[in-house]
Amino acid sequence: MNAIVESITKEYNNHILEVSTSQNETYLTVKKEIIMKMCDHLYHHLDIPLVCIFATDERKEEGSFKIHYVFSVDREDAFIILRIDIDGKNPRYPSITNKVAAANWYEREIQDMFGLIPVGHPDPRRLMNFEDWPAGVHPLRKDFDIKTKPPRIKGEYAYRRVEGEGVYEIPVGPVHAGVIEPGHFRFSVAGEPIINLEIRHFYTHKGVEKLFENISLDKAVFLAERISGDNSVAHAVAFCQAMEKIAGMDIPPRAKHIRTILLELERIYNHIGDIAGIATDVAFSFGAAHANKLKEDVLQLNERITGSRLLRGMNTIGGVRRDIGSKKDEILVSLSVIQRDFRKLMGLLFSTPSLMDRIETTGRIYNDIAKGLHVVGPVGRASGIDRDTRRDHPYAAYREFNFKVPVSKAGDVHARTIIRGDEVCESIALIEQALWSLPEGEIRIKADDIPDGNALGYCEAPRGETIYWIRTCGNKIERCKVRDPSFCNWLSIEYAVLDNIVPDFPIINKSLSLSYSGNDM
Amino acid sequence: MTVEDEIEIMGQRLNDKIRKIFGRSLHIREVDAGSCNACEVEVNSLSNPIYDIERFGLHIVASPRHADMLLVTGPVTRNMELALLKTYNATPAPKLVAAMGSCACNGGIFADTYASMGGVDKVIPVDVYIPGCPPRPQAVIFGLMVAIGKLEQKIRKTEVRS
Ligand code: SF4
Repeated sequence: MNAIVESITKEYNNHILEVSTSQNETYLTVKKEIIMKMCDHLYHHLDIPLVCIFATDERKEEGSFKIHYVFSVDREDAFIILRIDIDGKNPRYPSITNKVAAANWYEREIQDMFGLIPVGHPDPRRLMNFEDWPAGVHPLRKDFDIKTKPPRIKGEYAYRRVEGEGVYEIPVGPVHAGVIEPGHFRFSVAGEPIINLEIRHFYTHKGVEKLFENISLDKAVFLAERISGDNSVAHAVAFCQAMEKIAGMDIPPRAKHIRTILLELERIYNHIGDIAGIATDVAFSFGAAHANKLKEDVLQLNERITGSRLLRGMNTIGGVRRDIGSKKDEILVSLSVIQRDFRKLMGLLFSTPSLMDRIETTGRIYNDIAKGLHVVGPVGRASGIDRDTRRDHPYAAYREFNFKVPVSKAGDVHARTIIRGDEVCESIALIEQALWSLPEGEIRIKADDIPDGNALGYCEAPRGETIYWIRTCGNKIERCKVRDPSFCNWLSIEYAVLDNIVPDFPIINKSLSLSYSGNDM
Repeated sequence: MTVEDEIEIMGQRLNDKIRKIFGRSLHIREVDAGSCNACEVEVNSLSNPIYDIERFGLHIVASPRHADMLLVTGPVTRNMELALLKTYNATPAPKLVAAMGSCACNGGIFADTYASMGGVDKVIPVDVYIPGCPPRPQAVIFGLMVAIGKLEQKIRKTEVRS
């Protein structure tokens, strides 16, 4: 880690204004003219992934906005955060999207939320503020009151046009035929194959980041659980860990084990649900029924041990609220039955030719595309990106356990299904290890006062790497940046569907398992 | 009582009502007006082999034009308001609206932001409120039963008047 920081400080010596380190986060304040070059250097030459970009409004304290570029130094369990200052009177800064494609949506988000303009961005359209949102109003600026309801103005979104003989458009959404979340998809097709897909999201934008700044700390955990409902535990844990890091708190070992168990239970029901969805979408209803029943078994187990089918209300800053130690045998017995049935299910699925025919080679995401867009989680791992926050930045009790991180190079729906299947088995093994070695003792420590500070919280949700960056001030949240894995993965669908036929779109979409709410927030 | 027993009892009562009022089946269109997606998880649970609401005569349909009832989740976001209104207008009368989950009931934790309009009844009329975050599948089935009872009243009132 030090070696990397040293090498960049040497190389960019004249451009670095300040270096500071707290725990595993190194902050480098740099001149904004050099930011594109430095990001390019880190991302492409040193191969360090850019996991998040976010802004803060510090005009009151420092007289400027700041943009943070968070890079994750995997395997050294460290983060490098580049920071630039932006004058409020001239809110412009160089866009890095042309060099680092993964920055695309972040820069557009910052443009909408803070009014900071990425100069040179190839696609500077609005993102979460729709066209009927008045110009010059930016919700995450400190002088914007959360309850303001700006009037609607006239305006229309400009879709990319694809023209040519025989090309026609199929618009879908935001209200879909199935029970899924709202979003808009616009296909351009020539005959059956899709030649272009443009997605337009943020229909479920609820103003979560602003809300964090306006609620009390005990409520904030509940809000984190409701950002992407089926990834409740992961969000709550990432949030709590950021707060605990700020407070310099080491939670009791028993709480760490319980968190690990909850996180893995969440992964299991999500992955089984995704597999059920794929079976449904290829019209293999027998397999789908099996998978859905298994998912329900896990949800009922969740309810028996925590009182909530989606494992809500368990996490809190300082540990967990409820002990599940007395349910050890019940969990072990249920999981062993689930595992037996799950193995049978996967055997059934992969030996069904009508299913295999639909999922093999379908919806390919090639490794270079996945890397360029910073695709995370099982989808990234199915495209050869060997990253997993549980292993690369161990948290909760993961350091103590053995588990494999399945990776594949194929990048198709089949590979993503295999990865999820393997992960379910790993998760069950992890829960068993955590239960067998469950330490005695407290499950939470009191955390009434959180000192002022800032820190990153992170977690491997079922959908992949989830990042929080929180700054506290006076026992309140000053800024909370949330980066759901879907925010990284959504754009990959535009590539995954190319040259596939329209009827395969639902399968591809399911195999990517993307959250709209987590993305839109 | 196991989950299966609970569902069996409630489902049969529901089925009787549906038979009486709708002849055979109730068609539901689910609309996510900005939910966190956990409410959708539970709506999907309703179709799994344990609850299997189809056997009681409840069908989740693909278009509002085929629906007797809208099951709406989430606070209504600013960006979904128009889509929800359009969906409501596309549903043939007499229509029922059930607001599912705390968010749909009154905006829940998201009530007071620049991007949320609050509960569903801020945008379209609501017949029943199903609280919970998310409501358990049993609660949703119970809520649907109450909604059908309301429709029964509505129909009776119009009959008396004519
Ligand atoms: S009621 Fe709860 S579960 Fe349903 S959308 Fe709102 S926050 Fe999510």
